Amino acid sequence: MLRYSRAKIIGVLLTVVLGLLFVMPNFLSPGTREALKNGFGFLPSGLLPHQGIVLGLDLQGGSHVLLQVDATAIAKTQINQLRDDVRRILHDQKVGFPGGITVTPRGVEVRVPDASERARVTGPLSDLGQPVGNTGFGGPRTLDLTQGNDGLIRLTITDAGVTDKVRRAVDQSIEVIRRRVDALGATEPNIQRQGNDRILVEVPGLQDPQKLKDLLGQTAHLEFRLVADQGAAPGDVEQLPSQETGGTLPVEKRVIVDGADLVDAQPGFDPRTNEPIVNFRFNVRGGQRFGQATAENVGRLLAIVLDNKVISAPRINGPIPGGQGQISGRFTVEAANNLAVLLRAGALPAPLTIVEERTVGPGLGADSIAAGKLATYVASAFVALFMFAVYGMFGFFANFALLIHVMFIFALMSAFGATLTLPGIAGIVLTIGTAVDSNVLIYERIREEVHNGRALVSALEAGFTRAFATIIDSNATMLIAAFILFLMGSGPVKGFALTMVFGVLTTVITAVTMTRMMIGLWYRMRRPQTLPF
Amino acid sequence: MKLLRIIPDGTKFRFVRFRKVSFPFSALCSLIAAALFLTVGLNFGIDFTGGTLIELQAKSGKADVAALRQTLAGFVKGEVEAQEFGNGEGVSLRYGPQPGSEQAQSEAVRKAHEALDQTYEFRRVETVGPRVSGELVQNGTIGVLLAIVAVLVYLWFRFELQFAIGAIIGTMHDIVLTMGFFLITRTEFNMTSIAAILTIIGYSLNETVVVFDRTRELLRRYRRMPIAELLDLSVNSTLARTSMTATTAALSLLALVIFGGQAIEDFAKVMLCGVLVSTYSAIFISSPSLIYLGVHGKTDAELAAEEKGKVSAATKTTARASA
Repeated sequence: MLRYSRAKIIGVLLTVVLGLLFVMPNFLSPGTREALKNGFGFLPSGLLPHQGIVLGLDLQGGSHVLLQVDATAIAKTQINQLRDDVRRILHDQKVGFPGGITVTPRGVEVRVPDASERARVTGPLSDLGQPVGNTGFGGPRTLDLTQGNDGLIRLTITDAGVTDKVRRAVDQSIEVIRRRVDALGATEPNIQRQGNDRILVEVPGLQDPQKLKDLLGQTAHLEFRLVADQGAAPGDVEQLPSQETGGTLPVEKRVIVDGADLVDAQPGFDPRTNEPIVNFRFNVRGGQRFGQATAENVGRLLAIVLDNKVISAPRINGPIPGGQGQISGRFTVEAANNLAVLLRAGALPAPLTIVEERTVGPGLGADSIAAGKLATYVASAFVALFMFAVYGMFGFFANFALLIHVMFIFALMSAFGATLTLPGIAGIVLTIGTAVDSNVLIYERIREEVHNGRALVSALEAGFTRAFATIIDSNATMLIAAFILFLMGSGPVKGFALTMVFGVLTTVITAVTMTRMMIGLWYRMRRPQTLPF
Repeated sequence: MKLLRIIPDGTKFRFVRFRKVSFPFSALCSLIAAALFLTVGLNFGIDFTGGTLIELQAKSGKADVAALRQTLAGFVKGEVEAQEFGNGEGVSLRYGPQPGSEQAQSEAVRKAHEALDQTYEFRRVETVGPRVSGELVQNGTIGVLLAIVAVLVYLWFRFELQFAIGAIIGTMHDIVLTMGFFLITRTEFNMTSIAAILTIIGYSLNETVVVFDRTRELLRRYRRMPIAELLDLSVNSTLARTSMTATTAALSLLALVIFGGQAIEDFAKVMLCGVLVSTYSAIFISSPSLIYLGVHGKTDAELAAEEKGKVSAATKTTARASA
């Protein structure tokens, strides 16, 4: 066993070189890394290892925000829309429904007493529902139609329908959030879906997390409506809070144009008053409607409504053609900036609530890195000294294997673009302590075999062979625990689990194969008769 | 050069006899831990209770905890827990979920920023809503249970059921005593603590498996050795390794406790406690438990039956070969 085939030795050396190659980018400047990525101009791009380890938010500082789409709000809009749709169909089909349409927690109910009329509308009504997903026919639908006594028609939004709507809302929200976060100028934000109704936003190195939260917390649904005249029908008017006066304003429910028709919004200053404002531009459709509405309502007040609050209500002095306009509202410069960003990024399909927030300042992150480095060095020194004190030359072999082991962990993490977190550093320090375990198992076994009267060569051989099964069993249990931690953990804890998994995997290679080679080499060079420890 | 040797060669300690002491001792410790768990309870962090954690560092001088409490009391409902660290310039403040919707949590943090931005650096702000914290508790518990079951199954396959049960008894023991550490020291129990517990599960099993591995090997070699003697031999012959590994693991964790910084200190302390308890339990709990779980050398009758089985199997093969 102590004699290795040349191929095997070359294989191990190649692995080490590969490991070095993957670790290298961590020590290079970003510019050199970019050059590596592009293959220095003549190699295919992406061929050379160019990724470094990504530092977790807890190490580089940054914000981790978990948002949840408000499912009840979505269901409410969905039901309101359903009610309008049902009313429209019943009107179109000229069907009488004396009791009106009742809204239930999960849908609507309507009583159509006449049997033939009822038969006429059930078809169109049930067509309001759509199949969920791409399953085609026979799959679950968004709407359930059931009939009760006395001509009662009950339309219920199914669970699948709600889930589907929430899923879509999350997809749309992610796009909107991406545009908003990009506007902050953050580098490499991570925005992803989590579960069915949550969105994880991770933004590294942010100076002002409050601004991020402000941007995420607003739906930014902009509407242009008219302030109601005295004689308007009460059903068409609602009272909305006004930011200008602090009181409320009666505003028509009818929306002239909304934020969806905006193509641009930029912060600026009013040339006359020098007050911060937001300049906007509509698309063609929005511009036409806006022009028409302003032409028809000269002299009236135009309410600019953001998230059901009236920002300002200027008087329409004349038709505004060309689809351009401005919003004033006693903004600060920053508020005008934020509003412009929000309007450009578009409205969220539903309100989002922040259910979890974790922000680490850059100071703490830097301190953690420094402490982690120090702990790693000290732990390595402790373990290396101890191993050398106990096993002498063999301890040195183990320490060399340990060095390669740590290098492999970093190489694997770089290759997979894994994230190094503070608990991850703890994991690495811990594997430094446990990685030598395999060596200890082997050495103690060799020692026993020598004590049992075996010759050195056969004791060395037996030590490696017999300890191997134990090494596999003991590492497998560690691996199982680490793997489960990886599956269920999140963020920093996941980073810890990952380093543990990598640590266990590489220890088997370095402690078993590499030490074995070193000892084989040592034996052939020295031809010792006794064990050096 | 004279090399260091922490365990002399060829020890013949009669570990198994210690079970008369170690079993009641561990049972008592576990009972105390359980009693503390039920009466005092764990010092749950915001991961599990919901709420907000704010870590501040004074921009100059020391943090004034009393003044901070007073400031926060102005807009935070419920008790504010404050803890100093470092040389008194750092302080962590913790309070429970604020009544009202999720926005109420953000609002409180915003007010803290307004009140303290001038004099303190905000090193860390964490807010966990009640919905998320419930899920975290659930996931953590499921993870620990899943790990135990998975390892039980693995050991069942690799060893025998008795060994698997013995190993799990040891591991449960280690978890309970580590919880005892949390309870007595009032160390905050959070998501990282779950990670520590799972790592301790892995480490504890690692320790136990090495001893059991030897037991299994010796069972094959010395078929008629009494079980107590055989277990003593297993523990003694792996004792040097057990103590070596415990020392290296403890050394590296000690480095973490001392130099790892305040954010990781608790984690390292818990792990250190886990390593010590795991080493103890591998020798004094899991191994002796095999006596009661019915692991034994083969009896004469079994040996005879086995021989016979081999013979008959051999004859069968021959018969088939000749057929």
